[in-house]
Amino acid sequence: MTFRKYLVLAGITVFSTAGDSLLARGMRDFGGFSLHNLSGLLLAILNPWVAMGILFLLTFFACYMSALSWADLTYVLPATSLAYVLVALIGHFRLHEVISPTRWAGIALIATGVGFVAAGPSFTPSRERPNSQSAPRDTVSLEVKP
Amino acid sequence: MKDLYAWSAIGLIVLASTTGDVLLSYSMKRVGDVGELWKRRGALAVIGRVLATPTFGLGLMAMGVAFYSLLFGLSWGNLSLVVPASASLTFVANAVAARIFLHERVGRRRWIAALLVAGGVVLMAV
Repeated sequence: MTFRKYLVLAGITVFSTAGDSLLARGMRDFGGFSLHNLSGLLLAILNPWVAMGILFLLTFFACYMSALSWADLTYVLPATSLAYVLVALIGHFRLHEVISPTRWAGIALIATGVGFVAAGPSFTPSRERPNSQSAPRDTVSLEVKP
Repeated sequence: MKDLYAWSAIGLIVLASTTGDVLLSYSMKRVGDVGELWKRRGALAVIGRVLATPTFGLGLMAMGVAFYSLLFGLSWGNLSLVVPASASLTFVANAVAARIFLHERVGRRRWIAALLVAGGVVLMAV
């Protein structure tokens, strides 16, 4: 793992948290949607908060795609789990949502679980290729070789 | 009724984003390390290579469904319930799907983590 890769994982955490929080703030302007008002849901993206949230989530998506190109899916998701805790903290302190002690315990358990898996290797050889120890296929090197 | 809508949205988010995650992960493994590709060929080559992968579009569509389900869920449930619950359940579903469809080695460490996360979700739903 290089510094650049850690930076990509941190980017996933920060941008997804910011994006989700901005979306939640924007959706508060609309109240509850019903199944009879789906067109309103499509127009929600015109709300400035929702639009900003989408911008942050697009940045998150670029970081996410980059990480998936060199690490297992089952590594990338938990390794970026700090986002769950950040979302809960933002929901509590900025949006004034009430979080019960039981829900706090749930958040702690989730953080423990994902921290546990993040300590392992980022890429594992495929079960179908037991002798393979290589990283994801390097199509770039294949292309530049004569 | 409000809770039913929120949990229906959470179920849809999990299904759609797991499908999307598996398809996108498959696509990006086919593309290769985008950092290396960027350094050698530039940003346009990265974008071109990614967009030329057919499963990427399908993954993106599944993510679109998950996104609108998230908007729907956030309009009915609290941020601190909808986001962690859907993300955690997606993590467990992804561990199963990655083992089956992507043939990833999901070892004991990753399964224990999946159970811890599932337990956390139950506590959050109480």
